[in-house]
Amino acid sequence: MKESTTDDRTLDANAVAGMLETLFGADMTVADSKCAACGREGEVGTLLAYTMAPGVVLRCPACSAVMLRMVETPRGTLVEAKGLAFVRMNR
Amino acid sequence: MATIKAIRDETPRVRSYTLGLPSWTPHRPGQHYDVRLTAADGYSVQRSYSIASGPETDGEIALTVERVVDGEVSPFLHDVAVVGDRIEVRGPIGGYFVWEATLGGPLLLIAGGSGIVPLMAMIRHRAATASRIPTRLLYSSRAPEDIIYANELRDLEARNDGLEVLHTLTRSQPAGWTGYARRIDDAMLAEVRRPLGDAPLVYICGPTPLVEGAANGLVRIGVSAQRIRTERFGPSGK
Repeated sequence: MKESTTDDRTLDANAVAGMLETLFGADMTVADSKCAACGREGEVGTLLAYTMAPGVVLRCPACSAVMLRMVETPRGTLVEAKGLAFVRMNR
Repeated sequence: MATIKAIRDETPRVRSYTLGLPSWTPHRPGQHYDVRLTAADGYSVQRSYSIASGPETDGEIALTVERVVDGEVSPFLHDVAVVGDRIEVRGPIGGYFVWEATLGGPLLLIAGGSGIVPLMAMIRHRAATASRIPTRLLYSSRAPEDIIYANELRDLEARNDGLEVLHTLTRSQPAGWTGYARRIDDAMLAEVRRPLGDAPLVYICGPTPLVEGAANGLVRIGVSAQRIRTERFGPSGK
């Protein structure tokens, strides 16, 4: 929760829960995730969401690295997740 | 598709919409529904709105929507939608920012502006299940006319079942106001938290600066970050 990385356009990943559920087929806000950059682990719902761009960007709340990008393109939905070390849908 | 069954003015900029759902499933207090509008040319826009009602109202939900200047969905709901209209919704969504009576407490709820909405679902659920979990709501508004659910909160507090409501009015206060009259700060957080002990379960919802200020302040006064759940909303989100 570094104040320097957030402003009043910052949302939680909760705000894009519906889009995530469409992509992954499950409620992702309670899935565990790990940041590939700094190693922070936390529920996807704790990630910061930026929705003002054409797509959606999820960033790590600890180091602000981009963890997930999702954008609708004419050819389909593009998901880029190289900032995500893992995501675990808990049983 | 949901049908608008009732529309109620809450404040000059905030309205509640009761939606009848043909395939209703009970939600968890704090969850959202997505509302999607699609124009004749196929352009569509979607926004996520917190559910204001508890899961105890069979077959319907209430969404409380603040009119966002330059918004795409909220101006439609405020200016165009009427009772009987059908709108496309999907939900309930999200399992992170939720509270049910079975999760226990004591409960500290902190709201800024229309951030009260998901917390109201929790408060209504608490009342509907006759829970006596000690609960304090700290609710920051700009002016008295901006307080959403003011009468209902007063009535619920008067039940004396362990719910206390503390308001702060940051911009203008009525004559004789005895509540807080400043932005949320560490001293206020400490006063509000004290009767709940050291380890309340905390839910904070509001604009990002309020949410981060309150969450960081609670950690500074000794509340474990593990006990704090936050939901930020911005101009695009709600």
